[in-house]
Amino acid sequence: MSNVNALVKNVGLPRIIIAMFLLLMFCAGPFFGIPTDTSVDDVLVRFGMNGVLVLSMIPMIQSGCGLNFGVPVGVVAGALGAVLSLELNLTGPLGILVAIIFGLFFGAVFGFGYGLILNRVKGDEMIIATYVGFSMTYFMCMMWISLPFQNPSSLTGYGGEGLRVTISVQDYWGGQLSELLKIPISSHLVIPTGMLLFFALMCFLMWGFFKTKVGTAITAVGSNPEFARASGISVDKMRLISVVVSTMVAAVGIIVYEQSFGFIQLYDAPRAFAFPSVAAILLGGASINKANITNVIVGTILFQGMLTLTPAVINSAIQIDASEMVRIIVSNGMIVYALTRKAR
Amino acid sequence: MAEDNIMLKLTGVGKKFDDVAVLKDVNFTLEKGQIMGLVGENGAGKSTLMRIIFGMNVIAETGGYDGEVFFDGNKAAFTSPQDALKAGIGMVHQEFSLIPGFTTTENILLNMEKTKPNVISKVFGKTLETLDMPKMRERAAHAFQTLGVNLSTDELVSEMPVGHKQFIEIAREIDREHVKMLVLDEPTAVLTESEAEILLAAMRKIAEMGISIIFISHRLAEITSVCDKIVVLRDGVVVVENSTAGVSVHQIADWMVGRESSADAVAAKRHEEKGPSGSDFVFEVKNLWVDMPGETVRDVSFKVRRGEIFGIGGLAGHGKLGVPNGIMGLSPAGGIVSFDGKEVSLNSPISALNGGLAFVSEDRRGVGLLLDEPIDWNICFNAMQVQGKFLKKVLGVVPIRDEKAMSACARQYIEELSIKCTGEKQLVKQLSGGNQQKICLAKAFALSPSFLIVAEPTRGIDVGAKQLVLEALRRYNRENGTTILMISSELEELRQTCDRIAIICEGKIAGVRAPETNAVDFGLLMSGEIRDDVEETA
Ligand SMILES: Nc1ncnc2c1ncn2[C@@H]1O[C@H](COP(=O)(O)OP(=O)(O)OP(=O)(O)O)[C@@H](O)[C@H]1O
Ligand SMILES: [Mg+2]
Repeated sequence: MSNVNALVKNVGLPRIIIAMFLLLMFCAGPFFGIPTDTSVDDVLVRFGMNGVLVLSMIPMIQSGCGLNFGVPVGVVAGALGAVLSLELNLTGPLGILVAIIFGLFFGAVFGFGYGLILNRVKGDEMIIATYVGFSMTYFMCMMWISLPFQNPSSLTGYGGEGLRVTISVQDYWGGQLSELLKIPISSHLVIPTGMLLFFALMCFLMWGFFKTKVGTAITAVGSNPEFARASGISVDKMRLISVVVSTMVAAVGIIVYEQSFGFIQLYDAPRAFAFPSVAAILLGGASINKANITNVIVGTILFQGMLTLTPAVINSAIQIDASEMVRIIVSNGMIVYALTRKAR
Repeated sequence: MAEDNIMLKLTGVGKKFDDVAVLKDVNFTLEKGQIMGLVGENGAGKSTLMRIIFGMNVIAETGGYDGEVFFDGNKAAFTSPQDALKAGIGMVHQEFSLIPGFTTTENILLNMEKTKPNVISKVFGKTLETLDMPKMRERAAHAFQTLGVNLSTDELVSEMPVGHKQFIEIAREIDREHVKMLVLDEPTAVLTESEAEILLAAMRKIAEMGISIIFISHRLAEITSVCDKIVVLRDGVVVVENSTAGVSVHQIADWMVGRESSADAVAAKRHEEKGPSGSDFVFEVKNLWVDMPGETVRDVSFKVRRGEIFGIGGLAGHGKLGVPNGIMGLSPAGGIVSFDGKEVSLNSPISALNGGLAFVSEDRRGVGLLLDEPIDWNICFNAMQVQGKFLKKVLGVVPIRDEKAMSACARQYIEELSIKCTGEKQLVKQLSGGNQQKICLAKAFALSPSFLIVAEPTRGIDVGAKQLVLEALRRYNRENGTTILMISSELEELRQTCDRIAIICEGKIAGVRAPETNAVDFGLLMSGEIRDDVEETA
């Protein structure tokens, strides 16, 4: 009995419940005509697609800037990098590499501005971050229309001005990571080795970053800003660095997502990434001021697992499209849960 | 002893944190109107026991407790402090919980504001009733009168010295209607002796009103002077439950540690051995002003000799704490501060640290510690960020934490200062108050400073460990030739440790004296009845 208690305490009740539920869905799948290998494939792919985006939460949480509801800032930076790569007509590995480099660059620039704003609103970061994310998304809507892009495959079909809502990257660098070193197991299950390795690499870099002197200082700023100040650390500078890093990682994250998905989504779409990413890391056991890489991995698997499996099973069981409902209930529910039991 | 005269009774109370038992089979009773002194070494379990009685959430979150608590005749199993308050228990915690931007009146009557019904509240309920300020002020004034202190009811708490905040905390507790028992966890730790006297007198008055008090303190003389009975905890076990009549301070100290303590552990004598103090002045402060809330410094000048231990004392609110906070750049300040011939630029913590200064803050939870991080982080962080210690290079360029070196350093200080913990990876928030204080000291030592400033270094530290800490300071001073500036509310401690002592009164130095000077003189300097007009240089 005490072993059970210890387990519940270490892993956390919400995670145990959801993991059980997922397991149930895996087992139930075949009875509703969803083969297990399809389920596993779905979860692996969605995990790889979203992992880096969720990882981008860590720096801002650790520095005390809270949950990054401003993920769209990084997402538009990545999208900008992606369209610019298309603009140069680059394909294959070079295409995605250039997209990432541009994405990092714009992530740094946008993140810097975003960080300056957050430093002025200490204590209300999360609300302001949400607004900044929204504003940035809509500001970029104007840019997508007005910037002088040339590549016909990016432009609206009927010869009008501006970029399309979804731009296919299949002919350029679609699947560059997902297809890399892929291991086909069965007709429904292909392990996207390249994408998973890339995620592992990003995790390793993040882990390394928090071992450095600067990473340590950022953690201290998040733990107790007064302590950090008395140690001669510039609190604002550390927060700024954390926001820039978060935004840059998010920019990379969206490019990983796009290459697997096969499309760049513009206009309204970037907004849709904030809540799921936040919910995933919370589900993984992060709080609003402490997060680690285990939280990211566990949270992404559980959250994406929920999103892919539940609707599939429910749909085929009761013939109603429940995917949207499940997504909204789980992501918002998780966020409300975490915010109400905010530490101390 | 009639059963109905008993206020509190504990039977077989035990508590474990992650399989570490910190309280074992604790039994005692407290009668109505009695004052009970609860003593024990740092980490003996005093605060934990009080948290159980008060129904604090940490207890339930960490697995609850064993045994039973009876309060005023009923079995009490409070699941939240609100329940305990409702039942009539008031508690003043080791760390404060006042709301800074509120006036004293508002703080005292928080949550039990006198409200006047208005139109809206009739519809929406009591929370929207208008505050009845005059009535509230009257009650606050009444609470102060009971305590025998003279404080303004309209002052903002953020602008008060910490000693006064303590009185407000207590005033807040006794103002509650139907309060039957008060728990005071080290209320005197931040008070000077004279202020503590006032508090002890107030406790007597409160007890005469039939209210029981549990009083925790490491100043054993306070225990013998004010308490009716004493309970001694040693490693989570009650070793003595006794009347205080005829019990000496020395006897209590022996009970606490469980063996004959050497006489000087309690009645410590001044160190005979002179420090390595030279004749040249190494540290100079000229016309310093500091704008620290509640501890304003107006115009302070003094010089410290190389290798000297220089003390600063004075009453709460007169600015003794403003001096170090100004020098270290934590509060806005002006004037000239120089160390070893170089000027230290004010308002910049990093330049003070780079200049070889280190500071142990009086505000250990606010400034001194990273509560959510492990012990080794806390001890090594400053040295890492300021001096680049505990770092190793990967790929020849990127500096990363050298976890091994950090652990080793932390283990060394855990040993040296006998910090009670489960290991160097334990989170600092899980340590007892006194052990947290030791971490603050270790953090400063790890910087190997050439000039060390310590503010209230022994706050919350038990009698035995206090000698250990003061000895560590003196040893540090002797062995490394480190010059030390020590600020304390405890005059005795300053007289034991320092080579010279300055007393601050109303933001200015009233005088500098040798430690042998008699206590009456120091008292007069503190109250401003003597003031040396000429600048002291001798
Ligand atoms: N939340 C916690 N988790 C783990 N251990 C804890 C926790 N809180 C307290 N402890 C441990 O319980 C023991 C008793 O601590 P407690 O705070 O009761 O001591 P104390 O008698 O009040 O000491 P002090 O005089 O220093 O205030 C300590 O060893 C401490 O490390
Ligand atoms: Mg304590």
